[in-house]
Amino acid sequence: MTVTDVRRDEEALTFTLVAEFDAPPARVWQVWEDPRQLERWWGPPTWPATFDRHDFRVGGRSAYCMTGPDGTKSRGWFEFTLVDAPQRLEFNDGFADQDGEPDTTIDPTHGIVTFEAIGDRTRMTVLSQFTSLDQLHEMAKMGMEEGVRQAVGQIDEVLA
Amino acid sequence: MFHALADGTRRDILARVIHDGLSVSALARLYPMSFAAVQKHVVVLEQAGLVTKERRGREQVVHGEVDALRQAAGLLADLEQVWRHRVRGIEDELRRDT
Repeated sequence: MTVTDVRRDEEALTFTLVAEFDAPPARVWQVWEDPRQLERWWGPPTWPATFDRHDFRVGGRSAYCMTGPDGTKSRGWFEFTLVDAPQRLEFNDGFADQDGEPDTTIDPTHGIVTFEAIGDRTRMTVLSQFTSLDQLHEMAKMGMEEGVRQAVGQIDEVLA
Repeated sequence: MFHALADGTRRDILARVIHDGLSVSALARLYPMSFAAVQKHVVVLEQAGLVTKERRGREQVVHGEVDALRQAAGLLADLEQVWRHRVRGIEDELRRDT
């Protein structure tokens, strides 16, 4: 199992995930730093992401777009508040309108990612802090499609 | 650290008001901090959608939103699926090296 721990705290509105990878921190760091690598995993399979901008430094911003199965586009942005390679990354992740302008009606999610060497492997911990249910709802919406897909996959397994 | 402590207070407030409502002044007596500070925590919880305030005479009674908490639990479970896929995606990305 790559994912070694998941903590969902509905009272504090936080989500924590711990995963281990067969690569050193410097390599795992690159999947965040390089926008071409990042866009291959950031969006859920049914909502692939493209990053038009990725200014990976403190104060820098990113602009991305995820496209849903029916062509719906969901745009978002990052703002990096701490970039300490290859150990710690902190950023705000918010929604944007169709022109890419930040949506100020929904708070951004604050993300903290740490990279810890365990021998030549990496333990990556992701913490997402939400401020409201509405915001969490918007965030999780992208994953709903995935839930449906998985349910269908499970039915396929039963029928096989 | 301040944030974690603040979260601890909010968690405690939420636990106390989830079954029966408590007034802001009753809550304020429970913590070694000012009325204003406790009220601030209540506002954060209110903005998060986890509690509601109801005016009763001269008092503001705080109630926990059980449905909202349940909904939050469901949404965090959805988010877990999103992140599990992301982890798989990162694994695939790392595998491209070899």
